[in-house]
Amino acid sequence: MSSTVLFDVPGPRARIRYRAYAVVGVVAIAALLAYVVWRFVDTGQFEGRKWSWFEYKQIQISLVEALGRTLSAFAVGAVLALLFGAVFAAARLSDHKWVSTPAAVVVELFRAIPLVIMMFFFYYGLPSTGIKLTAFTSVVLSLMLYNGSVLAEVFRAGINSLPKGQSEAAYALGMRKTQVMVLVLLPQALRAMLPTIISQLVVLLKDTALGFLITFEELLYWGRQIGGQLQFGRPLIPTMIVVASIYIGLCLLLTWFANYLEKRNRRNKKVIHLDEDKAKQIQLGEASTAAPAGGAAL
Amino acid sequence: MSLVLEGFLNTVALTLLSFAGALVVGLAVAVLRIVPVPLLRGVGATYVEVWRNVPLLAWLVLFVFGLPEVGVKMPLFWTAFTAIALYEAAFVAEALRSGVSSVALGQGEAARALGLTFRQSLRHVILPQAGRRVVQPLANIAIALTMATALAGVVGVVDMTRAAQRINLELARPLLVFTGVGLCYLVMAAGIGFGARALERRLA
Repeated sequence: MSSTVLFDVPGPRARIRYRAYAVVGVVAIAALLAYVVWRFVDTGQFEGRKWSWFEYKQIQISLVEALGRTLSAFAVGAVLALLFGAVFAAARLSDHKWVSTPAAVVVELFRAIPLVIMMFFFYYGLPSTGIKLTAFTSVVLSLMLYNGSVLAEVFRAGINSLPKGQSEAAYALGMRKTQVMVLVLLPQALRAMLPTIISQLVVLLKDTALGFLITFEELLYWGRQIGGQLQFGRPLIPTMIVVASIYIGLCLLLTWFANYLEKRNRRNKKVIHLDEDKAKQIQLGEASTAAPAGGAAL
Repeated sequence: MSLVLEGFLNTVALTLLSFAGALVVGLAVAVLRIVPVPLLRGVGATYVEVWRNVPLLAWLVLFVFGLPEVGVKMPLFWTAFTAIALYEAAFVAEALRSGVSSVALGQGEAARALGLTFRQSLRHVILPQAGRRVVQPLANIAIALTMATALAGVVGVVDMTRAAQRINLELARPLLVFTGVGLCYLVMAAGIGFGARALERRLA
């Protein structure tokens, strides 16, 4: 339901009232922002010295390198997570109990363990058994397991939400199970779930920041390191402003891409429109991990 | 052993407190996003985009190491609480908003046709129906938040993750320790999921 049915088109008096609310709200928020900026200025965060690091070529190069490492962890992690998700979704949907049960256990398990713990496990834990992983591999593996499990659920929900008639019609045409899945169900489910998939990829992109904790030299690690340099007056706040803007830019770019795909989909008559609510719930639910939440959260 | 207990209790406290905080802030932001004043809707949308698109770890680093630099001094636990609550509030706001927009269009129209005002139709028609639908998404956010508190551990709060790291230093059995902690989180997540399902059944 769009919120617009909840109120009438404002008349002259309501318009004045709305304007008054808007002014009050904006003043309050401007005051809050002004306080933050004033604290920054007061403690000299905008002094030239704290930003002078930006003029060094080496630091600029290291920023680009850090960004490159973030992006490459994202790219590899995303591809692996999509594969992992597809395989485990298919396994969970299998008619054979001995395939679907283990797949369900794996998916539920990795969805519920904080990403940080997984990274620690791979990076600090495994060497004691003689398997040595680099920070990059640990990051990518954890990203794959966690986000792959979430994606597996997304795929599964997408396939389950297709009208039953689709698979029945395909069976009636004499297709085999694999054909039904690959030729009929998957393409439709993928298209319907694209926005959700992409927003999970946004989560994955943010999750790469956790690599910082196991000394993977990505963007956040870079920000913390440059932010601690005494010669520039420990410019943590300036570097974090730069790092945060880069993350926001990257994520908005991905989100924009998702919206673009969604719009294109809407024009495409081949797509079956699912209950949007359902898709959104899945997406919302999983999206937050930061970090762990997981990481996800992060 | 007392370290384990302290870590566990801190994780639970941090989870509960920051979820409560996220609910309060998230509710305020969600309201901002559906009010009739366009400017305030923009404010709500900006809040969500900014908080949601920066990794929580970056927020934690900024808060924990940045706040003292600008002269705001708070105990570590509360700094972590603030960062986590404000971050998750963006997700809570989105969940609430999509809960409201999932109520059938006819419901809102009918409420308006009966002459209920904006506030009345929200209070008596939309919110009761939306409430049930947001339980599951909110539970998912709560689970995510539980795991997000592990990050507070890495910036210094003595939570379950931090306790595990310290115990690991003494025992030097990383596989055992990290697997154990992972299982603890798993149990907490399962508990929240179970509670949410029970709550949903009662509301339905």
